[in-house]
Amino acid sequence: MTEQIDKALAREYEAGFVSDVESETFEPGLDENVIRRISEMKGEPEWMLEWRLSAFREWLEMEEPEWALVDYPKIDFQSISYYSAPKSMKDKPKSLDEVDPELLRTYEKLGIPLIEQQMLAGIAVDAVFDSVSVVTTFREKLEEAGVIFCPISEAVHKYPDLVKKYIGSVVPKKDNYYAALNCAVFTDGSFVYIPKGIRCPMELSTYFRINEQNTGQFERTLIIADEGSHVSYLEGCTAPQRDENQLHAAVVELVAMDNAEIKYSTVQNWYPGDENGKGGIYNFVTKRGICHTNAKISWTQVETGSSVTWKYPSCILKGDNSVGEFYSVALTRGRQQADTGTKMIHIGKNTKSTIISKGISAGRSNNSYRGLVRMNPGAEGARNFTQCDSLLIGDQCGAHTFPYVESRNPSAIIEHEATTSKVSDEQMFLCRQRGLDPEKAVSMIVNGFCKEVFKELPMEFAVEAGKLLEISLEGSVG
Amino acid sequence: MSNTKSLLTIKDLHASVEEKQIIKGLDLDIKPGEVHAIMGPNGAGKSTLGYVLSGRDGYSVDSGSVTLDGEDLLEMETEDRARAGLFLAFQYPVEIPGVSNLEFLKASVDAQRQARGEDAITSADFLKEAKAACKQVNLPVAFLKRGVNEGFSGGEKKRNELMQMLLLKPKLCILDETDSGLDIDALQVVAEGVNSQRSADRSFIVVTHYQRLLDYIKPDFVHVLSDGKIVKSGDASLALELEAQGYAWLQKEPAEDELEG
Repeated sequence: MTEQIDKALAREYEAGFVSDVESETFEPGLDENVIRRISEMKGEPEWMLEWRLSAFREWLEMEEPEWALVDYPKIDFQSISYYSAPKSMKDKPKSLDEVDPELLRTYEKLGIPLIEQQMLAGIAVDAVFDSVSVVTTFREKLEEAGVIFCPISEAVHKYPDLVKKYIGSVVPKKDNYYAALNCAVFTDGSFVYIPKGIRCPMELSTYFRINEQNTGQFERTLIIADEGSHVSYLEGCTAPQRDENQLHAAVVELVAMDNAEIKYSTVQNWYPGDENGKGGIYNFVTKRGICHTNAKISWTQVETGSSVTWKYPSCILKGDNSVGEFYSVALTRGRQQADTGTKMIHIGKNTKSTIISKGISAGRSNNSYRGLVRMNPGAEGARNFTQCDSLLIGDQCGAHTFPYVESRNPSAIIEHEATTSKVSDEQMFLCRQRGLDPEKAVSMIVNGFCKEVFKELPMEFAVEAGKLLEISLEGSVG
Repeated sequence: MSNTKSLLTIKDLHASVEEKQIIKGLDLDIKPGEVHAIMGPNGAGKSTLGYVLSGRDGYSVDSGSVTLDGEDLLEMETEDRARAGLFLAFQYPVEIPGVSNLEFLKASVDAQRQARGEDAITSADFLKEAKAACKQVNLPVAFLKRGVNEGFSGGEKKRNELMQMLLLKPKLCILDETDSGLDIDALQVVAEGVNSQRSADRSFIVVTHYQRLLDYIKPDFVHVLSDGKIVKSGDASLALELEAQGYAWLQKEPAEDELEG
């Protein structure tokens, strides 16, 4: 059966094509000059450049973290190019008609038409290609509701007060090695502001595409939900199939003011590398949100790509009665390595957090859950429930769980449940005896295992995520 | 009658599990519409026979032949045997958490339809059929939404197996100790379900340790399996004889054979 599963897992990576776009790409290398040039390309104000440079100086003093259960050669930060943008984007096209058709075709091929009439109604998209945002749809419609949804590079100019106030407020510059690097060299990403009391009329989403070779993608997303507002946001990511590893080090900051709610979903499908572990994206991401009084932040992630993942979307539950949620499916196969989980920091009274993590390992991959639940002394009556389930497919993969629990308040309640199971011979036999081929059987069993998480995704994306798992598992059974 | 083409023909079958030979020269011929009961003591190879016929991994055929509808069954993959009309009702049905019964059953039915070159059944039509099947096996319709066998009682699991059989409409059903763990009421429901499915183009192999099930499902033939082969065949009255006398008198013979050998 293991053989069957391995075969089923040896699938094609459908998003692995390269777009033929003429780009302006920096020479590899990183120093203050490169940062000044990035800032210049973006026409940034002085304060933004200073912020970048101070982060860079901090970064130079920091050490690359080695505590995660992942193994990869040291990254040579001088061999990476820190900026790449299609030449056609230099003149900042004013409308879709002016955007290079090849760029539009790229997104269409990925199933994300950017022409509003063809899009799923009710979803606005910001499309980020290498270091720049290509287009942001439905902006006028959102503006009517007072919602700001634009590339962060644009927000720096248009909404400097908001950016200045909140950038680095949830993930400080020197939070960690990759976050500091991102602060220094970030190129684009999305900026969202939902005004007081507004329920965002559409789903917002950002689609990240790496195209150019030897470049890193350092996007930055900042979402501010003002008092009593509500927003649902989704991000997707893909990259061409290349033999070299590429670095993706993003920072996402969420601010949920009193009574606000942010739902943040990710379907991550970066190129995972080939069966022998050659190529693929290093996905080293810092995502964190802060909840003020009665606010709620919910992270849902479906991670199927990347050769190495290092990612812990977290919630700081600062306000009383605030709620943090983390729902995760992480699938690894081939030689993929994932070390992912969350941190729930309970500061306010009666704060609640829920963690549901489903790890699926196949092939020779390694999949770790790493999570921290901390109850601060003031977190009177706080509660956490954690459930970590691991599913093993075949007998050469690994699943690991590293739960850290720190409780400094005796009234806090923390529950942790964990299970490890295998796709059993009996289950496979039952499915096949009813006429299902082994691939279908495995994908059905895996989808069933992930159900609790999929039901948290916006509907359109739940279907997408299910299909993604199906493709990911193709050939993993024999 | 004797000229009717056989549905299943097993000739001199030898099969092993983990290098240990369990089936040791088994012959059996089943015609369309017939119900054959296979009885025998524990360890005789009754369940193994079902697994070998349905192609479970780890059950290897050493020699002999099996044809289903004239096709070489042993050449087929497990799923192809199912699509060719072979159905095994499990003694211990396994759970598949999170996969709804409805989703599982529709995928199974569609896989089999696809193999016959038919289109997938529409969700509305399937739901109608599935609800009717639930009713017939006395399972609340809510079971369609629950995970496959997830948290079902023993009896519910067996009825769920029967429901799958009703929906898949196989040519050959192998019931592997379907009576085990059932109380008399559940047994009757299952037996009625099976009886309702008896027809001129559907055959059954009813594997059971006890005669009790055969009070409700009347077999055309009864075979006694002992030490991997059929040591005695007869009509329904053989089952009653076994009930009265046990299996010991039948097991003597092969033991003597072995001594001579």
